[in-house]
Amino acid sequence: MSPPAEPHVETSPVVADEVRTTTCYMCACRCGIRVHLRNGEIRYIDGNPKHPVNRGVLCAKGSAGIMQQMSPAKLISPLKRVGPRGSGEFEEITWDEALATATEWLGRIRKSDPRKLGFFTGRDQSQALTGFWASQFGTPNYAAHGGFCSVNMAAAGLYTIGGSFWEFGEPDWDRTKYLLMFGVAEDHASNPIKSALGRLKTRGEAKFVSINPIRTGYSAIADEWLPIRPGTDGLLVLALVHELLRTRQIDLEYLVRYTNAAWLVHEAPGEAHDGLFVRDSEGCPQGWDTRSDTLADARSTESLAATGTYTLPDGGRARPVLDLVAHRYLDPAFAPEAVADRTGIAAATIRRIAGEIAAVAFEQQITLDIPWTDWKGERHAQMTGRPVSVHAMRGISAHSNGFQTCRAIHLLQILLGSIDCPGGFRYKPPYPRPAPPPLKPSGRDEEVGPGQVLPGPPLGFPSGPEDLLVDGVGNACRIDKAFSWEHPLAAHGMLHTVITNAWRGEPYPLDTLFLFMANMSWNSAMNTAETMRMLTDRDEASGEYRIPRIIYSDAYASEMVAYADLVLPDTTYLERWDCVSLTDRPISEADGPADAIRQPVLQPDRDVRPFQDVLIELGHRLGLPAFCQGDGAPAYPEGYKDYIVKREYAPGVGPLAGWRGTDGQSHGRGAPNENQLARYIENDCHWFAPLPDEMRFYKHANAAYLAHAHDMGWIGNAAPVVLQIYCEPLQRFRLAAQGHGAKQPPAQHRDRVNTYFDPLPYWYPPFEETHVDETAFPLHAVTQRPMAMYHSWGSQNAWLRQIHGWNPLFVPVRVAEELDLEDGDWVWVESHNGRIKSKIKITDGCNADTVWTWNAIGKRRGAWGLSDDAPEGARGFLLNHLIGDRLPSKAGDVPYANADPITGQAAWFDLRVRLTKADAPEASEPQFPPLQRPPRVNKDAGPLRYGAQFKQDLNHR
Amino acid sequence: MTSLPTSTDKKLGLVIDLDICVGCHACAVNCKEWNSGGHSAPMTDRDPYGAEPSGVWFNRIHTYEVTNDRDAGQSRTVHFPRSCLHCEEPACVTVCPTGASYKRAEDGIVLVNADTCIGCKLCSWACPYGAREFDEDDGVMKKCTLCIDKIYNENLDETDRVPACVATCPAGARHFGDLGDDSSDVSRMVAERGGYDLLPDMGYKPVNKYLPPRPRRAPQQETDTAATPGESGSDVASFLGWVDRMLSR
Amino acid sequence: MHPAPSVILFTVSSGAGYGALIWVGVAAAAAGLPPDRWLGFVLFLVALGLITIGLLSSLFHLGHPERAWRAVSQWRTSWLSREGVAALLTYIPALLFGAGWVLLGTNSGVWTVFGLLASGLAVLTVVCTGMIYASLKPIPAWNNRWVVPLYLLFALGSGGLLVALVAGLFGQSLSWLTWGAVLLLAVGWVAKSGYWRAMDDAHGRHDIRAATGLGRFGQVSALEAPHTSENYLLREMGFVIARKHAGRLKGIALGCGGAATLAAAGSALSAGGISVAAAGVAVALTAVALVIERWLFFAEARHAVTLFYGTLAV
Repeated sequence: MSPPAEPHVETSPVVADEVRTTTCYMCACRCGIRVHLRNGEIRYIDGNPKHPVNRGVLCAKGSAGIMQQMSPAKLISPLKRVGPRGSGEFEEITWDEALATATEWLGRIRKSDPRKLGFFTGRDQSQALTGFWASQFGTPNYAAHGGFCSVNMAAAGLYTIGGSFWEFGEPDWDRTKYLLMFGVAEDHASNPIKSALGRLKTRGEAKFVSINPIRTGYSAIADEWLPIRPGTDGLLVLALVHELLRTRQIDLEYLVRYTNAAWLVHEAPGEAHDGLFVRDSEGCPQGWDTRSDTLADARSTESLAATGTYTLPDGGRARPVLDLVAHRYLDPAFAPEAVADRTGIAAATIRRIAGEIAAVAFEQQITLDIPWTDWKGERHAQMTGRPVSVHAMRGISAHSNGFQTCRAIHLLQILLGSIDCPGGFRYKPPYPRPAPPPLKPSGRDEEVGPGQVLPGPPLGFPSGPEDLLVDGVGNACRIDKAFSWEHPLAAHGMLHTVITNAWRGEPYPLDTLFLFMANMSWNSAMNTAETMRMLTDRDEASGEYRIPRIIYSDAYASEMVAYADLVLPDTTYLERWDCVSLTDRPISEADGPADAIRQPVLQPDRDVRPFQDVLIELGHRLGLPAFCQGDGAPAYPEGYKDYIVKREYAPGVGPLAGWRGTDGQSHGRGAPNENQLARYIENDCHWFAPLPDEMRFYKHANAAYLAHAHDMGWIGNAAPVVLQIYCEPLQRFRLAAQGHGAKQPPAQHRDRVNTYFDPLPYWYPPFEETHVDETAFPLHAVTQRPMAMYHSWGSQNAWLRQIHGWNPLFVPVRVAEELDLEDGDWVWVESHNGRIKSKIKITDGCNADTVWTWNAIGKRRGAWGLSDDAPEGARGFLLNHLIGDRLPSKAGDVPYANADPITGQAAWFDLRVRLTKADAPEASEPQFPPLQRPPRVNKDAGPLRYGAQFKQDLNHR
Repeated sequence: MTSLPTSTDKKLGLVIDLDICVGCHACAVNCKEWNSGGHSAPMTDRDPYGAEPSGVWFNRIHTYEVTNDRDAGQSRTVHFPRSCLHCEEPACVTVCPTGASYKRAEDGIVLVNADTCIGCKLCSWACPYGAREFDEDDGVMKKCTLCIDKIYNENLDETDRVPACVATCPAGARHFGDLGDDSSDVSRMVAERGGYDLLPDMGYKPVNKYLPPRPRRAPQQETDTAATPGESGSDVASFLGWVDRMLSR
Repeated sequence: MHPAPSVILFTVSSGAGYGALIWVGVAAAAAGLPPDRWLGFVLFLVALGLITIGLLSSLFHLGHPERAWRAVSQWRTSWLSREGVAALLTYIPALLFGAGWVLLGTNSGVWTVFGLLASGLAVLTVVCTGMIYASLKPIPAWNNRWVVPLYLLFALGSGGLLVALVAGLFGQSLSWLTWGAVLLLAVGWVAKSGYWRAMDDAHGRHDIRAATGLGRFGQVSALEAPHTSENYLLREMGFVIARKHAGRLKGIALGCGGAATLAAAGSALSAGGISVAAAGVAVALTAVALVIERWLFFAEARHAVTLFYGTLAV
């Protein structure tokens, strides 16, 4: 008897009747995706193989896009608050009413005092529009979420090398032989990093060292993991610098050619020019020419001294930067032995790592036979590489010493000569830009007035006290106190201080807070419970809310929706036009610039509108000049889609670089092309322009690249970008704090500015450690973003929330043994700011003094379309409750934000805690009353059988 | 039907590289996505927004810690995707009372015929690897099909004819091919890297193989940095002298 | 393993039914039971009733009970299919045997052939049931030599007590049958204790090191499961019972089972035949004991898939 035949299997079902490309938005990575549509529904989303960012791969988040589209938490129509703020009681209104209300509120402000609008846009990927809108409105009070994300990283990089990690640069993944990764968990470049690490390890030539308190994700596959104590990376890096100097393993030729190592610095203690570069009458920095024994142009002279003390024509004295570097870092304070205890990394290990780095950089250099010409016109037959590369991210930046730590990392790279060389770190165009970029924030009191447009963008890069946004007595002009003496280089603004400051009326009260995609009543706030209180607090005298009006735009019923007075429902990422612009947060590769668009692949089935369209419409209704034509008609009648194509920042330069010019033949610079979006769609919604080989390295000094970058409109002129070991702008602030110059900090800020604005990288303990009793709070507590979840958005996602429905507190074995804890026990976690209760999981892969958890898994009950008993609320928790929005202070202290003193970056990871075993009941604390769901946003209880419709389709075929 | 084919023309399967898997769950979610509308559609999720969400998944990612008291350097965290191994001798097939479970003679893929499955769950008991997923709504057992409706799908570009988990894996930690062909890329990879079977003692001869994490690169001796002889030291003057000499060459 | 009530009910109930059927066939052949129609009716009602209830209850375990007929097709490889075939086949001689007895009032002669055939097929069915479990390599607590004999012993023991009880109701004292049941139950409970001890002492046949292949690097432990919520695998195969709790239940099972055995033996000794009351008590206690025993059979069995979820060994 022969077995029956196998059943027939349909191996070639029709997958889609249409495949449309667009750009993912399930996180900030912005991969190219293909959306396979069947009968108008999404059958499948996969990575676009032709896209430069992800080359066909797609992560868990991107693959769960269908469930984002299907989420029951989607908002359905504009909402007007009818109950008390925070209750979640709303009624549905029409867009006409919503827009009229917003126009009335905002119009009143604009006519009286535009500063009274705070416009903060959270996880915005259209900052080129939103920032422009703010300056058109005339308010300086604008920022996205960078201030609480990674401004330390961005600012330190831009002030030092004119680029940074992340969107501005990357390791030369396919050539590097030694990769140091600092503080990186899941990242903005999530798929590129995963792919690159896979290739790097498979190639088998490179050593990958991860410096991270926690061994997850990338660290798990590192060849060596250094479980560093949080906040001490700077110390470790400077010990590596010490070792490289001690063993003479630095690239002197590179330093003299490409950095300010040989620039002379005035040595005039107590005088107004102390610590500034010696400059000629035209402001050109000077070095000491050893051939002529005179001052010479530091940028173009070959034979400069890098050591010594020199007497200047005016009798003053000066030293080259490298001389200062040697004095600073050869100090025994930076010897491995001196830092071992503090960092938790043995001195011998530090010395070994330094040795390994040096051996790779100087004994395994790589050369590519690609001739190139430097900016001085000198022809080089080859490109030489020191194949040591670095990547760093939030673990470095989310500390109050993050700016200086990140500068220290760049110092290490510079000393090795591994910036933009084969095997080292590589810029992604449009970077490098001058360090710092020549863009200043506007919004000083005299620049703000009724009905007035700001003269420039609200955000920028101050290079001295004169660029600060402070009034005559040194008080902040911005609500978040960015660019004030408290946080002078707050280049991304400080969203994390806005609610506190607005509630306090410091420096002034706001009238309306306008937020987009910023979950400020939950996981995006420090001190969450207090933030919720401030959002609902009323003025005793008037009975009015202390933050009188809140407008919020989001696509989903997030926790913040409940705290809005007017809700403008946004679309999902599959229902909109968007652009991923070189002028915003680029997605370029080191090998060439790239940008991309989103196109609607689905039409909204509810009464929602893309936020950017709404903003442009409001701009027109408010009469903001750039959003109106001369006759008052809208400048962009088709909304954002129109704006993307028509807007020009400078002649020929707009949001998208591809297919410009009336004929669509120009790239970079060219007149607006009305067919541009169609060309993008033809090209799978992206544009990628590989650089010719000769432009691919040494971009900061590469004549061909610099000329090209200038042609494309990325840099103002083709001057080289000199790497700033010594950061003169910091010294300018320091001098002001020492009593020099026209603009000086008020007395209470002087010590602080003088201390932290060191022009050479240094390390100081994270603030919270020095403000609380370390014995009372002996542990560090940090979070990491899980790879399968992006902030809050994943919690509404039926697939992703199965992976991370609640979060344990991971406790190292040492601590568990000391406190007699077992897996599954519940503990109280206390900080100076509060306490939470959570369930623990013991781990071996963690620094012995650190506890950690996954970020933003805990949810407020009732939010995100989840049932009230969802594990996100019952067992999930946020560390945010423990983190103060201000530094712990004693009476008389200045109440500084819990942030980096230079950039204002939120210091999430400075947190110190203690653990104690908790008793039943087994539920996380604190708990808050469940939020009421907005109208028609309801929990979907039945089984989810998505996809069944496609199967029927098959059977009926 | 539950009698196994005496041999299969091919042994299609996966090779999973634990050395570079970062545990991102991309394979698991993309698998769920493809298969939600595919051969086994739907992949029902019960209580999707409630207290105990629980769905059908063909691929699940575990995280293990390995501790080594004698050589702490060997301690590691390993991310570990787990899915059907398409065994050569799958007990899940032979225990099936109805013949709904079967192993294809053509390529060795183990499938369930949803039209004849009675939902007795015995196959899930017989599988030590947890590859079988019961869809309580449909009342039938579901499992990894190796994307049988994708790998042969003539409506897709040839390059897309690989299982979803393989196509989407950002790290490149998943490989698909014929493990019955010694000259295939996957077979060579297994031979070179010491690819292994899970629970080999069970005797089910899994086709899928796991490539172990590579041995740690031996660190250099914990000794002093290799310095130029006579040219090291923390003395600033000596350092500056070295700089001058080097630059004046 | 998840102790599903349907499967517990099935194995206990049909086990006792098949046990009873075996005894009835053998007893009739040995001319131990008079061809009383009512006696026959009740005996068959009890035996086939328990068998049928058990089989029906096992259908509740299925996702598609209406397709259950398909389950008899794969007898060449599947013990479940074989069980189905044997169970269905058993009905044929059993019903013929019953028809002769109840309708024609005869249980001797050629009818005993049907009786013995039914007994034989019933033995086969119970063996198949045991083999379903005993053949599952991922569950070492089942995949061993104890399981099939224990299924047979308890089926015969509990079935024997039932027959003794029914016979007693009809004034029949089958002391050899009673003693047989007592003996089998005694052996059964002693063997079960041995099984429990052996399982408690087992070091584990499979471990997390082999499951993950990571043992080469050191001690393996699970840090995170794939999902934070439970799934089918864990609900079905991840059942965990505390050792202390299991110990208490074993005590109760052994107490009830032992008491039943002693009651039956005592009663059989004293009055030269088991009393109806004693048989009734013994049946009731044995039922309780076997339900607990069967619950533990599932609850204590660890499945190899749990290794992936952090169990160190099974």
